[in-house]
Amino acid sequence: MDIVFIHLLNALLYASVLFLIAGGLSLIYGVMRIVNLAHGNLYAFGAYVSAWAVGRALAMTGGETGGPSGMGSTVLMLAILPAGAVAAAAVGAVLEPTLLRPFYRRAEEYQLLVTFGLLMILDDVIRFIWGPYPLTASALFENFGSLTIGDAIYPTYNFLVIGVGALAAVFLWAFIYRTRFGVVLRATSQDMRMAAALGVNVNRVYVQAFTLGCLMAGLGGAIIVPSQSAVLGMGVDALILSFIVVVVGGLGSLEGALLGALIVGLVREAGIAFFPEIELAVLYLIAALVLLVRPAGLFGRA
Amino acid sequence: MSTVTVALEHRSPVRTLGWAVPALVILVALPFVADQYQTILLAYGLVMGIAALGFNLLLGYTGLLSFGHSAYFGVGAYTVALMVKYLGVTSMEAYLGGAIIACVLVTAIFGFACVRYTRIFFGILTMALSQVLWSLAFKFFWVTGGTDGLRVPTPTLLGVVTGSGDKIAFLATAYYYYVLAVFIACVALMWVIVNSPFGRALQAIRDNEVRAAFVGIQIRKYRWVAFLVSGVFTGLAGALWVPLNGLTTPDIMHWTFSGEIVFMTVLGGFRSFTGPIIGAIVFNYLKTYAVGYTVYWQLLLGVVLVVLVLSLPTGIVGTADRLRARWRAR
Repeated sequence: MDIVFIHLLNALLYASVLFLIAGGLSLIYGVMRIVNLAHGNLYAFGAYVSAWAVGRALAMTGGETGGPSGMGSTVLMLAILPAGAVAAAAVGAVLEPTLLRPFYRRAEEYQLLVTFGLLMILDDVIRFIWGPYPLTASALFENFGSLTIGDAIYPTYNFLVIGVGALAAVFLWAFIYRTRFGVVLRATSQDMRMAAALGVNVNRVYVQAFTLGCLMAGLGGAIIVPSQSAVLGMGVDALILSFIVVVVGGLGSLEGALLGALIVGLVREAGIAFFPEIELAVLYLIAALVLLVRPAGLFGRA
Repeated sequence: MSTVTVALEHRSPVRTLGWAVPALVILVALPFVADQYQTILLAYGLVMGIAALGFNLLLGYTGLLSFGHSAYFGVGAYTVALMVKYLGVTSMEAYLGGAIIACVLVTAIFGFACVRYTRIFFGILTMALSQVLWSLAFKFFWVTGGTDGLRVPTPTLLGVVTGSGDKIAFLATAYYYYVLAVFIACVALMWVIVNSPFGRALQAIRDNEVRAAFVGIQIRKYRWVAFLVSGVFTGLAGALWVPLNGLTTPDIMHWTFSGEIVFMTVLGGFRSFTGPIIGAIVFNYLKTYAVGYTVYWQLLLGVVLVVLVLSLPTGIVGTADRLRARWRAR
């Protein structure tokens, strides 16, 4: 029984991070109708920045906070961890007006191509800044220790990740359905021209939505980097998985991204346990099947 | 959609011969002039030209952007590799036949699912399906060799020419001409296809789906056949590519390789017949030299792609045509 519980926790852990990445992708598509192929790289960027910032902070304050395993260090590292999310958001805030804005009036092919070019560029920018070696922030993960659940032990830090994922979902829901900005965002998403005619500054909404989407991707990277390390190629892998999530849930729907992330998290965890060879193939097939049966996804609008 | 679709330019046969004959002479003469490395490099370019030509039947002529053509390239390549591994076949013609059969089967099934959609969903569905094949090639290592891939020895051409002895010399002469012959056949066949009533119907569907349906074109069926033909051309390129490379790995099935096929087609210009061919050959040089020049070759190619899409959306051929028209007008 304990082992089932552990698997469920792992699935939730996975779903939390996936929700953050895919939710950002979906939000951006929902508002500006752009599929950002470089979205996974922003997640990777967040992970790298956080790992780097945590490492720097530890190195600079090493003596005063009682070494990496001290209580002071843990607090410091937690405070610095969101740096990756902020950095990814900053990149997004620069990219949207400069590179993406010229493409809204052009065919989708060009939008995909320019974001594909961006993917290649960001991949190498990460390699250029941090080199080919993995970057970790494992001190934080280790400081949290582990909990005993029945006969099994489980890392405490993972609960934090699950908590952040759940909190992000709640905040995002409140943000979009309970604030004035959310109303403007939804109005722009439904009818950009009408929103503009009613006095909404569409360009500003686009920058904000894109920045928020990138912030989520960066946050996903930031919270996962202590338990896994930041490696080259993590962005492309994450992008494909978040594609599955948004296809299953429905492009442009946050509820869909949440449900999709949970399904993908569960299937992946079950796959690793029971059918490791075809785990990825099963995920892609699920995405293809959902597209065939319900092209707009489980929660999507056509 | 706010795009203005430009009609594909059809040159008269005489004018076509005006540039096709010199190009052909250069391609045939090259092994006598250039060194072996350059010849093999061009062979790679020609192979990718076939792949991009097939891809462009969907993008340029049917208006469907596939982000999963790596799958068909990979099916062609892996069919050859598995024929070597399990059947011990050495004949190149058998490889090509096997690759065509395998690609027809796979594209028929994938295409049936994909052509129900257009635009972004078509792109994502083709990508998802190609990733299914990639993950199978990646995980079933006892069949496919996993990331180590499968080795393919030099094949026997036309039942007589073998690559025993100097492999490089074989690739740079006999195999180069073999690739060139298949390339010419593919270009000729594609030329016939896009100028046939079928090709015209595809362009009608691309330009206006509703009107095409009103004049009685069965849209989904036409798209399906276009998908099939497109995938088989790309698969054929995959089969030709394996002996050249000597090895096939799951990388060629990954969707980023599909992105490269899209890249080369747009580089050359997807609104023209020759665009994808020129784009593929140029991209091949670009990538080879960028990889040799810097470890940050992706950055270089990414910048080229972004600049290209921003400033020269009609690609090399489209831009050259425009410049020539402007020069004539003076």
